[in-house]
Parts: sequence; C-alpha cells; structure tokens
Amino acid sequence: MATVALIAIGLIFTGGGYALFSSTATAGTSASSQTTIDEGKKLFAANCASCHGAALQGTAAGPSLIGVGAASVDFQVGTGRMPLAMSGPQAMQKPVQFSPDQVSAMAAYVASLSPGPAIPDASLLDGKGDATNGAELFRINCAMCHNVAGAGGALTEGKFAPPLTGVASVHIYEAMLTGPQNMPVFNNANLTPEDKRDIITYLKYLEANPSPGGYELGSLGPVAEGLFVWIFGLGAIVAVTIWLTAKSN
Amino acid sequence: MTNLLTKDEAPAATTTPTKGSRFTAAASNYIEDRTSISGAVKEFGRKIFPDHWSFMLGEVSLYSFVIIFLTGSFLTFFYQASMATVIYDGSYVPLKGLEMSTAMSSSLHISFDLRGGLLIRQIHHWAALVFVAAIGLHMLRIYFTGAFRKPRELNWVIGFVLFILAMAEGFTGYSLPDDLLSGNGLRIIEGMVQGIPFVGTWISFLVFGGDFPGTAIVGRLYTLHILLLPAIIVALIAMHLVFVIVHKHTQFSGPGKTENNVVGAPILPMFAAKAGGFFFIVFGIIVLMASFFTINPIWNYGPYDPSPVSAGTQPDWYIGFADGALRLMPPGLEVVLFNHTYSFNILIPLVVLGLFILVVLIYPFIEAWITGDKREHHLLDRPRNVPTRTAIGAAGVTFYASLWAAASSDIVATHFQLSIEGVIHTVQATTILGPIAAYLITKRVCIALMKKDREIALHGYESGRIVRLPGGEYIEVHQPVDEYERWKLVNFTDNKPLMIRPNAKGQITGLQKVRVGMSKWFFEDRISPVTTKELEHGDHH
Ligand code: HEC
Ligand code: HEC
Repeated sequence: MATVALIAIGLIFTGGGYALFSSTATAGTSASSQTTIDEGKKLFAANCASCHGAALQGTAAGPSLIGVGAASVDFQVGTGRMPLAMSGPQAMQKPVQFSPDQVSAMAAYVASLSPGPAIPDASLLDGKGDATNGAELFRINCAMCHNVAGAGGALTEGKFAPPLTGVASVHIYEAMLTGPQNMPVFNNANLTPEDKRDIITYLKYLEANPSPGGYELGSLGPVAEGLFVWIFGLGAIVAVTIWLTAKSN
Repeated sequence: MTNLLTKDEAPAATTTPTKGSRFTAAASNYIEDRTSISGAVKEFGRKIFPDHWSFMLGEVSLYSFVIIFLTGSFLTFFYQASMATVIYDGSYVPLKGLEMSTAMSSSLHISFDLRGGLLIRQIHHWAALVFVAAIGLHMLRIYFTGAFRKPRELNWVIGFVLFILAMAEGFTGYSLPDDLLSGNGLRIIEGMVQGIPFVGTWISFLVFGGDFPGTAIVGRLYTLHILLLPAIIVALIAMHLVFVIVHKHTQFSGPGKTENNVVGAPILPMFAAKAGGFFFIVFGIIVLMASFFTINPIWNYGPYDPSPVSAGTQPDWYIGFADGALRLMPPGLEVVLFNHTYSFNILIPLVVLGLFILVVLIYPFIEAWITGDKREHHLLDRPRNVPTRTAIGAAGVTFYASLWAAASSDIVATHFQLSIEGVIHTVQATTILGPIAAYLITKRVCIALMKKDREIALHGYESGRIVRLPGGEYIEVHQPVDEYERWKLVNFTDNKPLMIRPNAKGQITGLQKVRVGMSKWFFEDRISPVTTKELEHGDHH
C-alpha cells in the first residue's frame, strides 16, 4: 500500500512539475493516438515489464519508469541500450531491437501513463544553430566526460562516456534531456532548447568536416600521437637506419 | 689537395681539366687562401665512422632538431605571443566570434588562413615528438653498450641535459597556442609548484606574474621557447659533437677492431653522402606524418578557459611520465600540520622523479666508482656481457614505462573496457614490482646468453646432424664457428669484484666496505670469457 501511495504522490509531483515546466511534454503525449498506445502497451508487457514492472513501478531488476517520459524510452530503446541484455557497470549498446514505429509506440505508452520529457521537435534537430555557441557549451558541459572532440572518455568503476560520432541528433537531444545512467540531466533551465540545438549543430559540424590536419588518430590527443610517433615514426626511421647500414658494401 | 694547381692556369700539358673542375679548383683555392680551412677539412673529413644502425640514432635527433629549427623560424613570423583578448574572425566556423587570446587566434590563423601554415605547424610538432624520442633511443643505446664510460662520461651528462632541455622546449612549445589542452597542462604545473611547502605559492605568483593564468605566462614561455632554451641547446649540441670528434667514435669489438683504432668509413665522402641523404629521409618521413596525420588540433580544444577540462587531457608523450607519477599517487596524502597543508601526493612524485633524473644523470660516475674502472674504453660492451648494468637499465626502463602507462590510464580503460581504478592499481603494482622483476629476469637472461656464447665458442653450433658411431653410440655433430664470429664471442673484458684494500694509513674505511660490497653485487654473477688455452683445448674436441 505504502508503495502505491508513494508512487501516486511522486506522480503528482513530477507530472505537475513537468506540466509547469515544459508544455511540449504534454503536447507530445496527447498527440499519440490510442491505438499506438495500445500497441506500445503490448510491446512493453512482452519485452520490458519483467524488469520495469507492469505498471512501470520498477522491480529489483530495473528502475521505475514513472515520469521518465517518451524521450527517455526513445533514447534507451532507439540506441539499442534497452532491453537490457546483461548487467554490468553500464547498459551497453546493442543493435536496435525494434522498428522506429514500435519504439515510438512504447514511448507513447510510457508517456501516456505519466507525463515526462517528450521527444524533441524536429526544428531543434536541424543542425542549423550557432556552432560557436554550441562548441563552447560543449566544452564547458560535456567535454570533461566525452572529450572535446566527442571521442569519449573513462568514468569511475568501469563506466564510460561513449563517443558521440554517428549518434542521431534526436538521441543527442534526448540524452541531454534525460541524462541516461551516469550522465547528468541538462534540463531546459540549464541548457535552453536553443542551446541544445547549438550543441547538436557543433557535433554535426565535427562529423561532417573531418580534421583539416589529416587523419585524427581517434581524436584521442597526445597519447595516440605519442604511440604513433614511437611505433610508426621511429619505426620507419629505425628501419631506414638498418637498411642504410646493411652490409652490401 | 689542390696544391698542384696554381692560381688560374691548369698545367695544360698533363691533363685538360673540364670547365667544372677548373671552377672547383679555383673556388677551393680562393677559400683556402682566406680561411686555411683545408686543415680542418682534412682533420674532420678523415674521421672514421663505424657502421651500425644504432650509431645513427644521434644523427636522427640532430636532424629533427634542424627541422624543428627551420619550421619554428617560419612559425615565429606569424605567431603572436600575447594574451590580449581579441574576437576570432578567421575561417574556422565553430570558433568564429569567440573571445580568445591573440596567441590562440594567431595560431588558428597559421592553421587555417596561412598558406602552408598548418603543414608547417604539424611538421614542427611531429618533429618535436621525433626529436625527443630519438634522443631517448640514442641514450638507451649509449647506456646498454657502455659507451658512457671513460672518457665519455661528460658527454653523457651533456647529452642527458640536452634530453631534459628538449623536454622543456617541448613543454613550452605545447603551451604557446594557449588552447584548452595546454592551459590544463599549465594548470597542473601550477598545482605542482604550489604543492611545494612554504615557497610554492610565491614561486607560482612569480612565474605567472600573479594569479593563474594571468596575462604574462605565454609571453614568458615564448622567450624561453625561442631564445633561451634553443641557445643553450645549440651550444650544448656543439659541445656534444666536438666531444664526439675528440673522443672518436666507439665501435663494437670484432676482428681488427681494438681499443686503439676505429674501423669504418671516413666522413668524406662516403659517410657525408650517406648522412646527407639520411637527413632528407628523416625529413621526408616527418613531412609524410605531418601531411596525413593531425597533431594537436587546437581548433577542437578551443581557447583556454580555466573552467572546462576535457576527458583525455594528457601532455605530449615525453612529459607523460610526470603526469603518470601524479596519477599513481593514492588519495589521502595531504597532511595539515600547524596550519600548513603538506601535499605529499605532489611532493612524493617530485622527489622520486628528481632522484630518478639525478641517478640517470650521474650514472657513469656511479658505475665507475663501483667498479673502480679507470681505463679508457673505446670498444663497446655487448649488453649481455655486463649483466648487472643491463639489468639496472631494464629496471629503469620498466619504471619509466609504468609511469608512462599510468599517464594513459583513462584511454587504456575505455579502449580495453576496464575500470580506471583497476588500471591504476595494476600500474601502481608494476611501478614497484615491475623494475624488480625486470632486474632479476634480465640478469638471468644475460648470464644464460653468455653461457651459450661460451658454449658456442668452445664447441661450435649444434648442426642438427646426428651420427651413429660404429659402436652404436649416437652423437650430434657440432659445427665450429669461424674465427671472425668467434672473436665477437670471446673478446670482452673480464671484470672482477674489487678486493678490500686498506688506504694509505692502513685503515679500511666504511666507504671502502660499501664500495667493495657494491662491486661484489655488480660483478659477482659473471661468466668469464673463453681463454686462448681453453680454445686450443676446445679445438681438439
Ligand atoms: C533485464 C532487465 C531490463 C529489461 C528487459 C529492460 N530494462 Fe530498461 N532498464 C533496466 C535497468 C537495470 C535500467 C537502469 C540502467 C542504469 O541506469 O544503469 C533500465 C533503464 C531504463 C530506462 C531509463 C530510465 C531513466 O531513469 O531514464 C528506460 C527508459 C528503460 N529502461 C526502458 C526500457 C524499455 C522500453 C524496455 C523494453 C524494450 C526495457 N527498458 C527493458 C533493465 C531492463
Ligand atoms: C558526467 C559525465 C557526462 C557528462 C558531463 C555528459 N555526459 Fe553524455 N554520457 C555520459 C555517459 C556515462 C553516457 C552513457 C549513458 C548510457 O550508456 O546509458 C552518456 C551518453 C551520452 C549520449 C549517448 C551516446 C550514444 O552513443 O548513444 C549522448 C548523445 C551524450 N551523452 C551527449 C552529451 C552531451 C551533449 C553532453 C553535454 C551537454 C553530455 N553528454 C554530458 C556521461 C556524461
């Protein structure tokens, strides 16, 4: 009984909070038709309920999904993190298991039960924002985990921030909005939707414009450069010295 | 050389020189009359250089320094060492309109808006990495072959100081663009300086001209980078080379090679031609790297700003060992005593690295003292023939490599899907246990190799041919080594531990005992070279 009451209170708070904060959230959910929601319910019951509970309340194997919103489901399932395959320091990405329609059906279902962050509007994902602002915001907010060039980086206890190249704009936005696992949430007060659009613009700029200096060596910085110079640079030079002093004369 | 020819007329009767050779003759006469250079050419040109690939590593360092010098001069024409802020208005889109220092914006200008600028920048930086790496390899060669022994101890010291100066050059250069990565590097240095008790904060204020980062540091580093450090380096390189000429080159032992001669090619013309060609090969390899591989993409790092730090922030490889030492320190080493914080997490690495550097610097003197060896050495040791030295070297390399690995702990963790704590703990263990293991294993391997050499010198190679004797016994036929090969196997000095001897007053001092103890440790485990007598005996087997 106590859990149900707690969930109810939680629902009212988070739902109310989100309704106050972002009108897009509620707009997104109400737009989904009842048939989509029903289809999503079936998929959820078959694939997710074992861990997240039939009423999203969560189990020992997975957290509650109440109030996570459509954005979180779209991100987790759309990037292949969910359904979780095995437990480890961090949910790993696998090939995506569902079609885009199925993903949005589940997202709509989860959102229909309790409001939460919605899937962002396409106008925020066009990559036509201000790259300079995006680059600066990225360095300040994201680079400590993901590296300045989005090459990824290590966190504690085997967790890591993944590389960001090749991630769809919508998933970048949702990641900021929902803060998966060890990533912090960047809500709209923190980074406005415009700021998020700028960050996406910068990441897409990096993707579309390979380094002017030549091959990037994984954008890993001095470690990769040092290894390269020792193995290939000095390797080549030493090979030449051996060739020059070889006894043919 | 050209003494036969008078000023302008060649003796037409004998041979008719071509126009070209007449010009050469006249020109060399002209120069000779005014500089008397022929003495120097004769002296220098007849210097002999023995052939072994590892003897060319020093040359690689020299050539990469020349490349750094040339490209660096180009960069100074366009780089502005000022921390005054400007609004970037160059052609790199994701930085347009951003406020940054003039240093950063001029570096970006070189990279994006100057013809060939990026290529030159990348050549300069790659060549710097090659420079320090080549010095490192060169030093290892000198160490493991014992080339630092008398009379070359001072040249070892000069060379090692050059290595340190090269690192300083590298670090100051790395900081000049005033980008986020290098700014974080400076921040770490600032932290280390502040970790020094009592004076740290004052020194830091002195260096940075006030609070970090201030507006002075880039200009100061620039003066060091293009004036002071290069001047000292050039002077030391000159001394280093003069010593090489004076001492003559060392050589590996072999038939006809003794402590009193050098066998090889004279500098002129063969060696000089080869060396000249080699310069262009090194240049070519570096230019290839610079054309195809990005180095230090400052446009990704953005201008320095004290708040952000990027994942994967590392110094260039040659400073990595210091970064690694900091990363290896366990937490909780800060102690507050009488209102002062003592940061042992910084002091311990500073002291340990300082000692490590000091020991490497004076190693030739330490070894000479232990072994009591006052002879001149022009023949190199094969590393296996001096097991203890080789083992010490292997331990040092393992220690350095562990620190180095620690500096890339985060990259290792993500790329091998390990936890960063696990990586750090493993490297902490290898930093302490690795050198000990390397020492023991290397020493045993060296001794085993010496035993094998001895075996081969005495009894020849195992030929793999099994013969059955009339009596039914099976033996394997051994094939004797030819005399040239055997020379290499048997010709090395047999070192023995020192004996305790009383000094002039007839006393045995404590120092004497320490020395004898060390000498025993150094030489106790050894295999004596095969003697002529044994050989004669062996031949009749
Ligand atoms: C094997 C158990 C398991 C299955 C099956 C599973 N999940 Fe999860 N899920 C988890 C765990 C555990 C987490 C928490 C991951 C973490 O934070 O490390 C999680 C997290 C999530 C989150 C993020 C919650 C948040 O706070 O933002 C969403 C959304 C989600 N799952 C959706 C789904 C959906 C949709 C499915 C079905 C397609 C599914 N999961 C299947 C175990 C599971
Ligand atoms: C505290 C470290 C941290 C910070 C700061 C951080 N992230 Fe993350 N980020 C993570 C982690 C950890 C994950 C992996 C989460 C997972 O696997 O569920 C992640 C995942 C992501 C993903 C999904 C990548 C993929 O391959 O699907 C994106 C996109 C992303 N982050 C973008 C950002 C952006 C943009 C910012 C800055 C606004 C940011 N992150 C800030 C730690 C961080």
